[in-house]
Amino acid sequence: MIMINLILILLAGGLLAMVSERLGKNVPRIVALGIVLIDLVYLLSQLSGMSDLTQLQAPIPSDPGTWLMHFKAEWIPAFGISLELALDGISLLMVTLTLVLGAIAVSASWTDIKIRRGFFEANLLWTLAGVLGVFMALDLFLFFLFWEVMLIPMYFMIAIWGHENRGYAAMKFFIFTQVSGLLMLISILALVSVNQSATGQWSFSYFDLLGTPMTEKIAHWLMLGFFIAFVVKLPAFPFHTWLPDAHTQAPTAGSVILAGILLKTGAYGLIRFAVPLFPEAAMDFSYVAMVLGAAGIIYGAVLAFGQTDFKRLIAYSSVSHMGFVLLGVYAWNELALQGAVMQMVAHGFSTAALFMIAGALQERLHTRELREMGGLWQHMPRMGAVAMFFVLASLGLPGLGNFVAEFLVLLGLFQVDPWMTAVAALGLIAGAVYSLMLMQRSFHGEPNPKLTEMGLVDFGTREMITMVVMVLALIGLGIYPQPVLDMAQPVLQSLLEVTP
Amino acid sequence: MNSSSMMALLPILMLSLTVVVLMIQASIKRDQSIAWMITGIGFLVSLWAAGYARGFTQTVTVLLSVDDWGLYFTTLVLLASVVTLVLSKDTFSPEGERKEEFYLLLVLSVLGAVVLIQSTHMVSLLLGMELMGVALYAMIAFPERGQLPLEAAIKYLVLSACASAMLLYGFALLYAATGDLSYAGIGTKAILAYAQNPVLVISGTVLVLAGICFKLSLVPFHMWTPDVYEGAPTPVTGFLATVSKGAVFVALARFFIEGQLYQYSSLIGVLSMVAIASMMIGNLLALKQNNVKRLLAYSSIAHFGYLLVVLIALAYQDGPLVNEAITFYLGAYILTTLLAFSVVATIAGEEEEKNDIIFFEGLFWRKRIQAVGLTVAMLSFAGIPLTAGFMGKFYIISVGIQSGLWWLLAALVMGSAIAIYYYLRIIFAMSKASKISSDSPTQAQDLLVIVLVAMVIMLGSWPQPFIEIAGRL
Repeated sequence: MIMINLILILLAGGLLAMVSERLGKNVPRIVALGIVLIDLVYLLSQLSGMSDLTQLQAPIPSDPGTWLMHFKAEWIPAFGISLELALDGISLLMVTLTLVLGAIAVSASWTDIKIRRGFFEANLLWTLAGVLGVFMALDLFLFFLFWEVMLIPMYFMIAIWGHENRGYAAMKFFIFTQVSGLLMLISILALVSVNQSATGQWSFSYFDLLGTPMTEKIAHWLMLGFFIAFVVKLPAFPFHTWLPDAHTQAPTAGSVILAGILLKTGAYGLIRFAVPLFPEAAMDFSYVAMVLGAAGIIYGAVLAFGQTDFKRLIAYSSVSHMGFVLLGVYAWNELALQGAVMQMVAHGFSTAALFMIAGALQERLHTRELREMGGLWQHMPRMGAVAMFFVLASLGLPGLGNFVAEFLVLLGLFQVDPWMTAVAALGLIAGAVYSLMLMQRSFHGEPNPKLTEMGLVDFGTREMITMVVMVLALIGLGIYPQPVLDMAQPVLQSLLEVTP
Repeated sequence: MNSSSMMALLPILMLSLTVVVLMIQASIKRDQSIAWMITGIGFLVSLWAAGYARGFTQTVTVLLSVDDWGLYFTTLVLLASVVTLVLSKDTFSPEGERKEEFYLLLVLSVLGAVVLIQSTHMVSLLLGMELMGVALYAMIAFPERGQLPLEAAIKYLVLSACASAMLLYGFALLYAATGDLSYAGIGTKAILAYAQNPVLVISGTVLVLAGICFKLSLVPFHMWTPDVYEGAPTPVTGFLATVSKGAVFVALARFFIEGQLYQYSSLIGVLSMVAIASMMIGNLLALKQNNVKRLLAYSSIAHFGYLLVVLIALAYQDGPLVNEAITFYLGAYILTTLLAFSVVATIAGEEEEKNDIIFFEGLFWRKRIQAVGLTVAMLSFAGIPLTAGFMGKFYIISVGIQSGLWWLLAALVMGSAIAIYYYLRIIFAMSKASKISSDSPTQAQDLLVIVLVAMVIMLGSWPQPFIEIAGRL
């Protein structure tokens, strides 16, 4: 029930936030922040009663009893569909990340949403609810449901509160995810159908579908259905074209959620479903996937270098960083997988912070164009310092979370394919180039007199608190990553045993 | 004809009785609100009769078969007619105009649809289809002002007549080949006849199917659809899209299953091409439409293309799943279409130019309930989870996978991909800021939309009870 409650709190909270607009224009944001924090506290309080989280036992994928939490209730028995949710180390990490970034997203949109605040906060909370569902659902039907349904509030966030080209971006985002989702639906139904003809029973449960016997050819096609859905969301080259538009046009909170959390659902899906359900097919396919990952790293970095739009640059850098996740997953050894999980968490914080800075700049300057910026540090030293920190984190400065993640991926990948590692490592250099260029063009250099006359306001207390949380998180992940690694380790180990 | 078969025919009898009462009323006192009341009562009594008749399921003469499946669709058709009735009260009752004939036509058309649903014989098929069609011509042309309704009615009339001619010629060929006109008789005798003279059997069935495909507006018989949808008064368009198309599809399914048409691979090939063409062309042509009614017309072409997949799957499996899929998809489609047309009828009313997508801009901030209703309808059409349309698509894909119809599924995915764009376009338009002002809908209209939204969401999020019912039919 705990997991159901986590989702229900957010769903009901969304309604509450929408209604609370009647009490005052600024009430919804307080309600939304309260709801997310309540959800977070509720999760942590329930966990504290459990056994020591640093000494988790390895959950056996096919035995729900060994998982941290497991809940199952009948829903559509005619097709063997149930409300089945379960939590292990990786899902727990992702759920916690979702709620923390959710609170940050509410804070990020504290002042920049001027119209229909109630509906905005409701959409934000509903997106979070959908994402939590994706991270916890282990019934494939339920998983697909959350996967699709979380799109709708996200679509509204971009389409209603987005920037100048929002209609196009929202449409593109929706169509890409929906179509790839349809391929996954066909794969899910075909997998269930294969399982049904083998066992005589309908079941959408992950635990029943693991190890479904099938021919190599079928396994290959079904795996592709899942793979495409997940890499579109990740996004990997060449399926990434929706991302720069959606991230750039979304309001700040939308960008934070998109980059921080939604992209991770793709990575999570690969680790949880695409590989374990079709181990042989996935391993046969791994070389192609790794090539796509490496290509994404280089391609994203090169395109990021060519951007003059602050947000678009960060969006392309996400493509580059997510390439590491794809490489890490398909290298499929413990080190690389640890790196992928670490990257999911660290990139969540670093990109969310950069998008917040971009949003804050847009709110103050009414532009995202780097050519019009410059010398902003003089006017906004606090913002400049914070931006410097996150740019360094993003380029992989040792001592911060992103470095640990990328280093682990490269280390694991080296055991599998040294040449690919060499190519991927080039991405680190390119990352340094475009990150520093971003910093130089916006905060250093000659100030643009036109902008400085506007009387720029530096980061206030609220913004600094949000930023400090993320700074501490990244430093923590960089200096002492062991708790995160410990949490993921048993899960990854048991997943590795599934594959040949 | 004993009393128990009279009981089985009770829904048809009640509808006929309503027709008689309406005619008597017109000769005593012409009053459209009384006629409206009588029609409403007639529909409600027929709804009750459809439930009551479930205790007396049997074959009544060679023409009609009253079974649970047919009674389920009878109920659905009657519900759709009630919605049409509610919507037409506002559209058709301007002060001082006597429009009570409309209700007479409506009841006649429903009567035709119910006969069509229960037909097991070529004669009752034609009888039902013509009764329904002839009444519809007049309903489409009903508003005297304006050229569009008239144009639509003429177009529908002329093309319908051609379709009926094809249908009749097909009957003749099939009769020549088999010497039988009942579906089941054709089913058993056609195999022998096919061995002797395959051309006669195939050309006969293809002609019959062409006539039916016209009514379902499947490609290449779809030309009339957008014009008729646009020209007809919105409640009538809704009626055409739900009652008429639904009843004809049920008749097609019966003919196809009882006539055992699925065993002829050439027919399956033809139907597969029709299905793929409908999905592709329907969705592609919908992309460029700015008139919401035309857009829905093209989308309905695509939806019946999806539904054909289920019939084609019969060639590879004989499962209860196929029946369930038809039951569920048609139910979901009818509910969603009713929801969409209720909103369109409320927003656009009788003025043709108001059907343009521009008039839906900002609807979220003007008429929240109506906007939510149209959003749910669009999401259900697009097959987003938690709506009835998703469960429908779920069934079709399951059936398609179990029969290995990969090409049709590929077309379905591509069609759905295209479709999302124009469904989202409507949602996006409604979420825009806009300064268009308009009078607010009445409480009855809002209530209708709320009920339909609840049903669409219910079917999609908790379908278990409905699946059990569908499984028993």
